[in-house]
Amino acid sequence: MNQRPLSPHLGVYKFAYTMSLSILHRLTGVAATFGFLALVWWLMALASGPDAYARAMRCLGTPLAKLALVGFTFSFVYHFCNGIRHLVWDTGRGLERAQARMSGAVVVVSALLLTALFVWLGCRALAVTP
Amino acid sequence: MSLRSPLGRVLGKGAAGEGVGHWWVQRVTAVALIPLTAWFAIALVGKQLQSYEVMRGWLGQPWVAVFALLLVLAVAWHSKLGVQVVVEDYVPAKGPKTALLLISTFVHIAAAAAGIFAILRMALA
Repeated sequence: MNQRPLSPHLGVYKFAYTMSLSILHRLTGVAATFGFLALVWWLMALASGPDAYARAMRCLGTPLAKLALVGFTFSFVYHFCNGIRHLVWDTGRGLERAQARMSGAVVVVSALLLTALFVWLGCRALAVTP
Repeated sequence: MSLRSPLGRVLGKGAAGEGVGHWWVQRVTAVALIPLTAWFAIALVGKQLQSYEVMRGWLGQPWVAVFALLLVLAVAWHSKLGVQVVVEDYVPAKGPKTALLLISTFVHIAAAAAGIFAILRMALA
């Protein structure tokens, strides 16, 4: 039973950069799950009242939380862009090697630019004090 | 020679007995999440996040609350299916696999319940 091959056979392929994008899609998906849990925690704080919300926002202001927020931003944005790439593949389009490499590059560049944009917008939104 | 029974072929439910249900719902929630997450992310960074009154007022609006509810539901479902695939692929031992799948299911349902409760409380207060 334990000798049966398991999908997705990570060890048997020659490394290709499109492969790392696929692995990154899973990693960012799992990271985005933790981002979702953080979002729910934030919603609960907001629903609990001004004191709980102030505590939650102080918590989000710590260096470690800021780092996590940047990580969640990249994870979500990358998963969003690469998810659209996957949905296009599901229609049977863009599966040729050259096309997949090209769309992969578009996803990586878009994800990095959007991460920078959202981190900048987020910092600006957080800097405004009531 | 195929070992599949004629009935099995017609039902098309495969070895797991679920057919393409998992795969399809993953896509349906993915499509729903494109506009929902884009709207929420763009709206969020345009708000005064430090102000309790501003954020509470925003999420208390009827349509904002409805779309936030849809967002929480779709994310929870999509995330539950995704984590399930990752666990099934990388955790070969039956015991730990089943335990992780149970934990993931419970955490996702609890998170969805908390998210829905929080939004409803703000919208109906």
